[in-house]
Amino acid sequence: MNDKSPRARAIERFSADKIGVASACFLVVLAAIAILFAICSIAHIPFPTDPNKTNLQIKLVPPNFTHWLGTDNLGRDVFTRMLHGSYISLTVGFVAVFVSLAIGVVVGAISGYLGGWLDNLVMRIVDALMCFPTLPLVLTIVAYLGPSIWNVVIVIGITGWMGTARLVRAEFLTLREMEYVRAAKALGQHHRHIIFGHILPNAAAPIVVTAVLGVPDAILTEAGLSFLGFGVQPPQATWGNIITDGKAYILDAWWLILFPGLAILVTALAFYLAGEALRKATQTRTERK
Amino acid sequence: MPLLEVRNLKTYFPVYGGVFRHHIDDVKAVDDVSFSVEAGTTVGLVGESGSGKTTIGRTILRLVPATSGEIFFDGREILSMSERTFRPLRREIQIVFQDPFGSLNPRMTISNIVGEALEIHFPQMSGEDRRERVAELLRQVGLQPEMMSRYPHEFSGGQRQRIGIARALAVKPKFIVCDEPVSALDVSVQAQIVNLLQDLQEELGLTYLFIAHDLAVVEHISDHVLVMYRGKIVESASAEAIYENPQHDYTKKLLAAVPQFA
Repeated sequence: MNDKSPRARAIERFSADKIGVASACFLVVLAAIAILFAICSIAHIPFPTDPNKTNLQIKLVPPNFTHWLGTDNLGRDVFTRMLHGSYISLTVGFVAVFVSLAIGVVVGAISGYLGGWLDNLVMRIVDALMCFPTLPLVLTIVAYLGPSIWNVVIVIGITGWMGTARLVRAEFLTLREMEYVRAAKALGQHHRHIIFGHILPNAAAPIVVTAVLGVPDAILTEAGLSFLGFGVQPPQATWGNIITDGKAYILDAWWLILFPGLAILVTALAFYLAGEALRKATQTRTERK
Repeated sequence: MPLLEVRNLKTYFPVYGGVFRHHIDDVKAVDDVSFSVEAGTTVGLVGESGSGKTTIGRTILRLVPATSGEIFFDGREILSMSERTFRPLRREIQIVFQDPFGSLNPRMTISNIVGEALEIHFPQMSGEDRRERVAELLRQVGLQPEMMSRYPHEFSGGQRQRIGIARALAVKPKFIVCDEPVSALDVSVQAQIVNLLQDLQEELGLTYLFIAHDLAVVEHISDHVLVMYRGKIVESASAEAIYENPQHDYTKKLLAAVPQFA
């Protein structure tokens, strides 16, 4: 017999998944870079290289040993701009997911735990909201609030919680019928403890997995918004608006589109693969029974 | 005065249907049932799946709302009480569940599972006292106290059922609803659990409502047996009388269905 908690065993299973571990490592490195640049930016520490320094004499230089990923139409170094962009993209991804997770978990938990007419009402509202096409909705709200990084984050967050709410509700509907929940009720345990102490920990694994899978969606939406000019405003570099700047030179300077595009692709892919590995590692259906 | 008295209890589950999901019918899970349980005795409740026996148990614990009727516990009517008034009484009425896998939270250690009951009803207890009490409870149900830091998945079905019993005993109840506590276990383990329940009854003066679909088990542990069929009690007699002289056709069928190994 081993005295391992379900969490310890999930970590063990995750470590055995090579693709998952590789993706997670990549994301950790990326996050480290992003945090480093975020700290520099907040503390006003001068960057080793300035992402916004223009030099028209070296504009649109292809990748070489000084400018690893080339320069853009104003002679700015693309590699430096992408490093700066990474922290915007990741921040948007994580904060937006946090916002949608917070709303989704609360709504889903209340709906699933209480059930009845309230559940019906809430779920019909969720259905209605899900019918809205997200991008036009996001564009409309951003157009109204004005484009800024925080508006983008909040808008992505409040338009993306419905899936989480449905998932959490479904988990709660199943788990509230478990006999350990009945046992807690029979002991006179408060609803608050039943929800947070008994049901939520057992629903945590699928919630965390959806959160991880939600980050690339948010990053892609931010990139799309920045590309359309509704996202983070220039000269602040993000992966999305480096591509926007580059689209006019697409025939002459392929590196302006290719590298930020690859960065978005690889990051999103790493999140999906890590999320998938996490889902496999935490599948505890058999343990619940 | 009996410890528990159930009078004309009805528990209906509404059925919704039609275009507007309106109330079209009821499932009469428990339909006008009356019986009483004397302190220190065991009343067996038998019947096939869907006969309403589990619903009776859950209604007594107020896990399911009753449609009408009265339940007196220690002379006090409990169905009309507010949840707040009833809460202290939850200490005295406990339940042991059928499914030894679903009844323990997989993410909690045994000491947390058993200790939760203590936290709720004895909040002034210190952490040290609580650990000691959990250890004592585990010994009482035949488990080693060292097992308390383990998780449910590390135990067998019989051991889990013992943990479930320890949790019910933690609050020092007078009355325990045993909701098919042995039907999910191996036959050899069934006897151990039934014997444990009997030993605990003698030691602690407990009163049981023992729900099962297996007449043989019920006859062994019960003083009095109720036979339930489609939400109603069709026969009520002492354990010997049911076995030797069944009156109702359904009871006869149930008895005939008990496997014989000659």
